[in-house]
Amino acid sequence: MATGKRARSLVGLRDHLETIEQESIYYHFWGGLLRPQFEDYEYHNDFASWAAHTLNDRTIAERLGIIDPTKFGTLDQLRQELVELVDERIDELEVFPWAPRDKQFDFIVSDIVVFTTKKTIGEPEALLSIVPEMSLGSIFYHFIDARRRAPESTDDFTRWLMNYGKRYQDLIDGIMGIDPYLTSLSALRDELTEELSKHFMVNK
Amino acid sequence: MSRQIDQYTPITGPDVIEQLHQLAKPLKGLRVVHVNATKHGGGVAEILHKMIPLMNDLGIETEWEVIHGNPDFYSCTKMFHNAMQGSQMQIPERLFKAYEHTNRENAESLKKSLYDADIVFIHDPQPAPLISSIEDHKGKWVWRCHIDANKPFRPVWKYLRNYVSQYDASVFSLSAFAQPLPHPVYLIPPSIDPLNEKNVPLARSECMAVLDEFNIDPERPLLVQVSRFDRFKDPIGVIQAYRQTKQFIPTLQLVLAGGGASDDPEGELVLAEVKAAAADDVDIHVLQLPDDSHRKINALQCAATIIIQKSIREGFGLTVTEGMWKQKPVIGGNTGGIRLQVINHHTGFLVNSPAGAALRIRYLLRNHDKAFEMGIKGKEYVRENFLITRHIREYLTMMLSLIYGTKHRIDLK
Repeated sequence: MATGKRARSLVGLRDHLETIEQESIYYHFWGGLLRPQFEDYEYHNDFASWAAHTLNDRTIAERLGIIDPTKFGTLDQLRQELVELVDERIDELEVFPWAPRDKQFDFIVSDIVVFTTKKTIGEPEALLSIVPEMSLGSIFYHFIDARRRAPESTDDFTRWLMNYGKRYQDLIDGIMGIDPYLTSLSALRDELTEELSKHFMVNK
Repeated sequence: MSRQIDQYTPITGPDVIEQLHQLAKPLKGLRVVHVNATKHGGGVAEILHKMIPLMNDLGIETEWEVIHGNPDFYSCTKMFHNAMQGSQMQIPERLFKAYEHTNRENAESLKKSLYDADIVFIHDPQPAPLISSIEDHKGKWVWRCHIDANKPFRPVWKYLRNYVSQYDASVFSLSAFAQPLPHPVYLIPPSIDPLNEKNVPLARSECMAVLDEFNIDPERPLLVQVSRFDRFKDPIGVIQAYRQTKQFIPTLQLVLAGGGASDDPEGELVLAEVKAAAADDVDIHVLQLPDDSHRKINALQCAATIIIQKSIREGFGLTVTEGMWKQKPVIGGNTGGIRLQVINHHTGFLVNSPAGAALRIRYLLRNHDKAFEMGIKGKEYVRENFLITRHIREYLTMMLSLIYGTKHRIDLK
């Protein structure tokens, strides 16, 4: 959905960042994972990508691009970091680059629709066969979106395995060690599969 | 497979279809009405022809109404269309009056259908004022803009906005087209139907017969642009690009194929200009095809070496989608929805001038492997993003949001 908010320069971007709804910030950091990709993007959030490819300001693009959203406890903290970095760059510049009219930064939000796949498993061992078959949308829901739903910001796999006490602690550590940022959903699925394989093959 | 919607399973996979059933379940029993200005010609009518039965198939009672007007009404709405795409149109007061009068008249005849519909979709500016005339309507009204409204001519948009702002939501094809409005603005690109006659796989013999009918040589390279004859589609620019390329590749052929739409009074004029520009070049085939020539269009696209859509303004460009579905590389104008589909060096090339198009045509005709690879990528890109199943999914999601007032998360578990 369009928010109706658009920016043509860093000043406009900063002004909207101050007030834009949290969901828009979330979308511009994580939504790219669900969009079709033909190549490995240089920048993994939309703000950095726009600064680089439309404003041609590589300096701010690099500073924005290095932000890891998983390191911020709340989206408001992430918003604050964005505003700080853009403000800092505005202070450095005498003249601001402008985006062409049809390449403005459009602040977007999205609806998440949660479906049931009608697939359930009863034991953690079954993850080994089901994870490689999961759709990318399902990976997003259980591994990334889950962090917004859980108070302790963990993924669904980890939370479920914790129900078994210390029995799967190695596997939990392995899954929690997977960096969900700077990658693709298919790569995340592969990494998850690898952790599951390591654990269940060794303990067979 | 008993249901129409289930026939898409071999193309999309079962999960996509199962998701549609889950989304439709809470909406069963609703009555939805779509209103536009033409039953035939153009992408909107094509989408509705397929979407209406599929929505009914999913258990949502869906109807389609068409408004009718006199030549003044269509002149006015054509000027609106051009103005929404940025042309500075000075519309005479007489035409505004015809527009308003036509909508009031149509409101009278449609009142029974629209008054208590649960959701009403009004497509494009032609029927936009209906909302003012159906007083105390019960359902949610959505304005669906299919036009490239990136830079509308302000006085015309200011006039239309008075009507559009009365709606409960609006839908644009791209974020760049979305205008600030006092209601939720959804971004939903249109789609093609892979089971439509225009997109189903054809036997080689059928393609050959169509080429033979139009005296097109199947052994020589062929450029195909399928579009209604409209200046924004830049058919003259395509002829210029063809001529520049032909100096280097004398065997090149060009097809400009289009039909008329009943709500487009400029078509004949532009067609005459195109014929004049083609002059006596026997390798330029300007084809005016009847509205139901879906299989012929399909055959021409299948026979194309490269699909061209050199528009200078484009709402979305479903002919690009169709070409990509047939595994063809596409050279498209760097505008509107074409940008969403033609990914430079992956599914084709975006161009800004006839010279740019000529350059890319030459490149693709010399690099067959690259052209083939682009075709493969393009088809998969369409499968993931621009089939009618995705379109229906997003409409259903929007309808759920509107009816149940959900925000940001719809949980169907």
